Amino acid sequence: MSNQSPDLAKTLRKKRNDILELWMKNQLADVSLREDLLTNEELRAQSEELLDVLLQNLNERNIAEVESADFEPVVEVLSGISISRAKQGFTPRETGLYIFSLKDALLTVVQQELKDDPAQLVTAVLTISKLVDSFGVTTFETFIKGREEVILRQTDEITEISTPVIQLWDNILALPIIGTLDSSRTQVVMENLLQQIVDTGSSIAILDISGVPAVDSLVAQHLIKTVSATRLMGAECIISGIRPEIAQTVVHLGIDLSNIVTKASLASALRYAFGMLQLDVKKTIREK
Amino acid sequence: MIIPLNKEAVEVKKEQDTIFLRNRIKECATKTGMGLVNQTKLITAASELARNMLRYAGGGNVLVETVSKGRENGVRLTFKDTGPGIPDIAMAMKDGYSTGKSLGLGLPGTKRLVSEFDIKSTPGTGTVITIIKWKNG
Repeated sequence: MSNQSPDLAKTLRKKRNDILELWMKNQLADVSLREDLLTNEELRAQSEELLDVLLQNLNERNIAEVESADFEPVVEVLSGISISRAKQGFTPRETGLYIFSLKDALLTVVQQELKDDPAQLVTAVLTISKLVDSFGVTTFETFIKGREEVILRQTDEITEISTPVIQLWDNILALPIIGTLDSSRTQVVMENLLQQIVDTGSSIAILDISGVPAVDSLVAQHLIKTVSATRLMGAECIISGIRPEIAQTVVHLGIDLSNIVTKASLASALRYAFGMLQLDVKKTIREK
Repeated sequence: MIIPLNKEAVEVKKEQDTIFLRNRIKECATKTGMGLVNQTKLITAASELARNMLRYAGGGNVLVETVSKGRENGVRLTFKDTGPGIPDIAMAMKDGYSTGKSLGLGLPGTKRLVSEFDIKSTPGTGTVITIIKWKNG
């Protein structure tokens, strides 16, 4: 590790302007240059910043250690570039190629410098390749991290919007549950429902699970908890939307839902609720 | 003689993975021509076992296979984890027994939902559960 090109970092620092010019030339000559997303001046400023921070933090010791903590400022700048490029609409491929084009420039300069010493040239080429490759990987990681943040935010949004509590009638609330009922969603569902019971003073809540793909023991447990909590608030809870296949599965699993009023459809649950409230729905006969 | 027709491995490391697993199983089950009731039973069973795996072993791997035996087609699922294992399988297979705070229906319920159920567990090494649901089973 230690007996390689003793002044590689110094050479690179000395040749900083050459490297930058070469790099810019490479980038501008590339057919995939995205002038629509980033002007040449901005690109130059971005490249200059990255190159400078890289050369500043490069020394003989860490050039062969890509994991070295000395590169943290470089990684920071790199992450910034990767994220801003992702937002501007660059593809991951374009961002990757941007970093790898730096390698070409570095290698060309090193080649000129060490053309009389093939042995050292090979070591230098390997070292630089390793270093830039690791930077390339960093840009991918940041790129994916940026995307994952978007996905996480969307997941949160879905849980927020997917649990609306609807007032069907005076004193009757309905809560259609769509999608998988996991622990965190049950929490949201229960909170929304209990709060609405307080706000509207309703005495009957209908939980519709037509949109729940599978009812296993954990989902059932969550449902039972929600029903118990509703009862504690002095309201009655009806579970509707039990499909035939779900009914069979629940029985086989051995889940006991017999203490809970369950109905096959939301309509029959509503009819039952009307019955409890002693309401009657009648067809009116119009006088002609 | 059970012949696997095709197989696919699914990793279950977090709760969201169970949704992907369910979809893969549903696809396989639909391909064999399994009816809706049996499909739902299989998916519920898989969901129970995947949850157990997440809860007690911190995740594991699931092998989803379409298998055939004679004229019968079906889906075979192998749940493998390297968790703490189950010290007393007979106890774990009893209704209402749970070391966590669940209903204690996961393992016995799963057994009732599928056609074939096999469990092997070594404390400290991990658990392997294999279930098969035949198309008309």
